[in-house]
Amino acid sequence: MNEAFQRFATRIRSERSLWLAAGLIVLALVYPFIVETLRDLPLIGDFVPQIRSMVVMLVVTMMALGLNVVVGYAGLLDLGYVAFYAAGAYAAGWLASLQFDQVTFHLGSTVSGDLPGIHLSVWLILAAAGVVTTVVGILIGLPTLRLRGDYLAIVTLGFGEIVPQFVRNADSLGGFDLTNGTFGIAPIDSLGVGDYVFRTESNAADLYYWTAIGLLLFTVFCCIRLRDSRLGRAWIAIREDETAAAAMGIPLMRTKTWSYAIGAFFGGVAGAFYASFKGGAFPADFFFNFSIFLLCMVILGGIGSIWGVLVGGMILGYLNIEGLATIGSKAQEAGLDFDPTKYQFGIYGAIIVTMMLMRPTGLIPERRHKIELAEGVHDTPLYDVQAGGSLTGREHSDDE
Amino acid sequence: MMADAPDNLLVAVDVRKEFGGLVATDDIDFTIPRGSIVALIGPNGAGKTTFFNQITGVYVPTSGSIVFDGTNVVGKPPHAIVELGIGRTFQNIRLFAQMTAIENVLVGMHCRLRGGIIGSIVRTPRVRREEREVSDRARELLTYCGLPRRHEEYAATLPYGDQRRLEVARALATDPKLLLLDEPTAGMNPQETAAFTGFVRKARDDKDLTVLLIEHDMKVVMGVSERITVLEYGVKIAEGTPAEIRADERVIEAYLGRGAAA
Repeated sequence: MNEAFQRFATRIRSERSLWLAAGLIVLALVYPFIVETLRDLPLIGDFVPQIRSMVVMLVVTMMALGLNVVVGYAGLLDLGYVAFYAAGAYAAGWLASLQFDQVTFHLGSTVSGDLPGIHLSVWLILAAAGVVTTVVGILIGLPTLRLRGDYLAIVTLGFGEIVPQFVRNADSLGGFDLTNGTFGIAPIDSLGVGDYVFRTESNAADLYYWTAIGLLLFTVFCCIRLRDSRLGRAWIAIREDETAAAAMGIPLMRTKTWSYAIGAFFGGVAGAFYASFKGGAFPADFFFNFSIFLLCMVILGGIGSIWGVLVGGMILGYLNIEGLATIGSKAQEAGLDFDPTKYQFGIYGAIIVTMMLMRPTGLIPERRHKIELAEGVHDTPLYDVQAGGSLTGREHSDDE
Repeated sequence: MMADAPDNLLVAVDVRKEFGGLVATDDIDFTIPRGSIVALIGPNGAGKTTFFNQITGVYVPTSGSIVFDGTNVVGKPPHAIVELGIGRTFQNIRLFAQMTAIENVLVGMHCRLRGGIIGSIVRTPRVRREEREVSDRARELLTYCGLPRRHEEYAATLPYGDQRRLEVARALATDPKLLLLDEPTAGMNPQETAAFTGFVRKARDDKDLTVLLIEHDMKVVMGVSERITVLEYGVKIAEGTPAEIRADERVIEAYLGRGAAA
């Protein structure tokens, strides 16, 4: 009886969230048509994000979802996620710009056929960037994922610094210009099909916006499916207790590396898309700050929670691209000499501190984490580790 | 050696583990006959759990060999040893607290499943069928282990006794030939202990298991095991049937002190 009721309740709940999701998607799709009306509203109108800002918000949210696979599902603290963004952006740069003008190769490109350099269709490049970044993820993952906890975080931090430094300085690798140094690679070709080039259309931002929505939905779909799969269970198990997971037959290295690779994949696709939207891959974008920024989104929204990361990503993305500046100009109008964009990382920091104190599981906590808050966690002593240090571990307390 | 092979599921020879200057297991020879229930006992700090951890790959022995079902497991990572057919429980419960009971069991089945990444995202018919089948099998297994209800509840919220049962269910989910139980009755009351003893014997018969358990409760040890090995300070001091062990002077000395043996 009780069980039947519970099943019923679950169905209602899942159906309700399905409707909610459908409504949000429709709303998101028509947003370009209503944005001008919304922006004319009194008082709140100026706070409504423009389409161009929305594209950036969607892109960073997609990256945050990718990071969430690593940090939220598998519990691996990655402080160098920006490396994947860089890899994706440069993959787009190499495959759709004048960078390698030694060759001329076109495949489904939207630019005129006699331009030198490699010009693949940017649609292909989104996939290619995903693959390239996945490989980068595996290469970075294999040596680092043997480490646990803090040590892993430190090493990923290192990689997050190495990659941007590398692209900044790889303009003369044995005389070969790989990245065009500090200038970055620009212009990168636009998305488009044949003669229909997004960037030259009057509603270019809208077209990029709808593409970004599509990419984000794809990411969410993959995240949900993976979470509920055999691999997803293995990730959570590793997050919960690595030793026990290994003792239950989960190959730690392989499973962790997959989480890294998949997280990297989404970072790479998002990075390539962003590069095409901005028209270039610029090394100044790939700073450590950005990794932390993405991590803040995950923490704000709820570690491991897809809905949460969506909300967290959109909120912080908005504040970063437009919100703080709008607040600042409002303050100026009111005669206050206060410019919040100057303090943006201070503000994000304050948000994180507040969240950790008031609501550590995020705005929309992962289902599992709710249990933690309600029931408390067993603080199981790491008994194998203890026994490794000394044999006078827990065994003595069991004395009859 | 060859003659032994069919009878013994596990043959450990001269297994030695040193932590710095401390010898945790001192050249232990140990065999587990196929289909038997064997107990490993000894005072605290005798090296029982260290020995367990060497069988399961948590520790690599300093020297010696451990051959399980014809395969040397020394140096293999834990997950590969599980795949060969050694499942275990932990002395202090180590469930995945924020996963449901059934998810815990499904994790145990991980190495017996095939669903890959692309298959999981697309949810191919094969993956869907596999997931349905294992979910049914997990429920059966939970019921078999004495958890007919509460499959959807988080492991952390289950009462202690159920958590112990869930640990056994999760270990059985790996489809082991050899089941290692590390103090399975710790914290159980006498009725639960008696029920558990019966369960171990039944599971052994139903699932063609071989069982090795570490146990402090002498009633359990004497009641359930067919052979007993006694460790003290990392050294094997006695081995035999329960009756032999009960009469062994060194064992009595180790447990009760010199005066008691005299």
